[in-house]
Amino acid sequence: MLRILIKSIRTGVVTEPPPHDSETERLGIEVKRQIDRRFHGALAIRHVDAGSCNGCELEIHALNNPYYDVERFGVHFVASPRHADLLLVTGPVSRHMEAALRRAWEATPNPRWVIAAGSCACDGGEFGISYASCGAVENVIPVDVRIPGCPPTPTVLLQGLLAAFER
Amino acid sequence: MSRSSALQSLLEACALIGVQTGPPDPRSLVPATVVPVEAGDWARVAEAAKSAGLRWSALWVDPLEAGFEAFCLLEGDGQYLVLRTLVALDQALPSHAGIHAAADRPERHAHDLLGIIFANAPDGRRWTRHQAWPETRFPLLPEHPLRPEDQAASVADSSYVFAAAQGAGVVEIPVGPIHAGIIEPGHFRFLAVGETVLNLEQHLGYVHKGIEKLAVGRNADGLARLAARVSGDSTVAHSWAACQALERATGIEPPPRALWLRAILAERERIANHIGDIGAICNDVGFSFAQYQFSRLREQLARDNLDAFGHRLMMDQVVPGGVTRDIDPDRIVPMIAQADALAREVRQLIALLEDSESLEDRLMATGRLTPEQALMLGVVGYVGRASGLAFDLRRDAPYPPYDQFEVTVPSYRAGDVAARARIRAEEIDVSLRLLLKLLQSLPTGPIRTPWSTPARPAEGLGMIDGWRGEIITYVRLDDQGRVARFFPRDPSWLNWPALELMMQGNIVPDFPVCNKSVNGSYSGHDL
Repeated sequence: MLRILIKSIRTGVVTEPPPHDSETERLGIEVKRQIDRRFHGALAIRHVDAGSCNGCELEIHALNNPYYDVERFGVHFVASPRHADLLLVTGPVSRHMEAALRRAWEATPNPRWVIAAGSCACDGGEFGISYASCGAVENVIPVDVRIPGCPPTPTVLLQGLLAAFER
Repeated sequence: MSRSSALQSLLEACALIGVQTGPPDPRSLVPATVVPVEAGDWARVAEAAKSAGLRWSALWVDPLEAGFEAFCLLEGDGQYLVLRTLVALDQALPSHAGIHAAADRPERHAHDLLGIIFANAPDGRRWTRHQAWPETRFPLLPEHPLRPEDQAASVADSSYVFAAAQGAGVVEIPVGPIHAGIIEPGHFRFLAVGETVLNLEQHLGYVHKGIEKLAVGRNADGLARLAARVSGDSTVAHSWAACQALERATGIEPPPRALWLRAILAERERIANHIGDIGAICNDVGFSFAQYQFSRLREQLARDNLDAFGHRLMMDQVVPGGVTRDIDPDRIVPMIAQADALAREVRQLIALLEDSESLEDRLMATGRLTPEQALMLGVVGYVGRASGLAFDLRRDAPYPPYDQFEVTVPSYRAGDVAARARIRAEEIDVSLRLLLKLLQSLPTGPIRTPWSTPARPAEGLGMIDGWRGEIITYVRLDDQGRVARFFPRDPSWLNWPALELMMQGNIVPDFPVCNKSVNGSYSGHDL
């Protein structure tokens, strides 16, 4: 145990402090200010992959890595739509996910926001409308903010959150 | 074994049970050898393949004007064989699923999209189709439009029949399609007694986007763009497989520098995903220190990718005939230094993880897939390598530029979560060493051969070892040079069933860590 602790402490030195990323920092502080004002300090997000290729998920995951660490700004991801202020939806909505997405939206308490994240969620992207896909998220549930990008980078996702507050 | 041995042993096994095959054709789907088979003999040849020790790898079906053409890919010692047969519209093709377990879901997928009937199939349930289109419509048939006019909102697929169990204390736990996290959707049905899992059954297909249909009529560039989005975490590997298939179909060869650059991209993709998954596996058993460290390294890689290639996931870099972006010569030396530093840091972190008894306690013997089960299912990639199946295309069926390098393939037999995590760690090391060699030996010259698709029918196979394992891609072009058939077979098709088996006897709370250790792609599987 002592060896592990010693190694952990040493590895702590290996860990660089998150680099001063001015863009993330500036956006984060602005997001935090808005969250404090409008959501009493905590914004709960339920992410729903409605048909994504998993590219957007990688970037949403990155929001939680030590570089962006969005929790420090009061943003956290929750397991149930019933706990959520906001649905973050990725992918074109596959027709096999249509009912599940609608149910998640219905389970989210009002007032609720929906952000369509990624090109597919915004306009159907590479997949569009077909026998298997409803295309854009707004074809299934009302959308408040669109964040384009294939996939949107974590910084662009943060900017999108800000755009939601500025509505 | 000699070069002809996979074919030889199949033909001998066929002769033994009195099955005739057509003349082998080594040219139309290189590097595989095509073995024409009568539709009636389809299952018997599969039996011969089993007795010859060949691995069942993929099945795809191409709709013809009056019937179907079915293809089955087999592999033995790195040599690939394609069984090929014509099936009349009113004819049922004898199922492979009772002989090779891996054939079950691909056959059901082929039926759901094309209507081809498999005789004596052990599982007659639908697979990819939910409720979005009626049982009598087969969307991949040419007579059905990509975008039908008469579509109403699709309802939830609540009538799918799962395996059931009865008895005191048996509970059924439905999970998904939306999971409690930032992950892809799919449904898992557990049968449990207390915490212990009796059975897990998957119901996938939720992110079916009609990729095979969307490909039809596209040009080569359009196909590469679509292939890059089959599974976003494997964007390099899938677009490489599609481009390789296109290049083999048309005979257009990418220049050597492009091949080296593709391998650099692919190794970076492998490293990034393995790094991310090791952190996530540790996180799933509450060891957040590792998650912190590994997600930090992954982010560094994404940022370096953005700097060097203009995209954090390196999407749309691999295109027909080459790649879109060259490496700035000034970057080579810093990239080598970065790879070197990363290798050191990962080794240091892995040593630390190996020191943790609690991690060992949680990961060892958890989610065990025995070598016998692995062989029975025909799993690939790190799932196979952790259970005694040390197959890696880069070593066993090398495509350029891997034919120029030695690739070490780690392998264990424990088959538990710990073994799969260890394989990932060792593969990172192998990939970083490969990356160094690739950077040091990068040939000079152009990065793309000008592309113009010949206006004649052609077909080709792409076979790439992605970070999840063997990716197979079949492309057929029509007489205008447009895509007539595109089938990307993600390794997840073969690995998803392993998760069902490995959960038996484990506890429900260990499902996330077992699932992460396999990390099947939903999108790559559902298409």
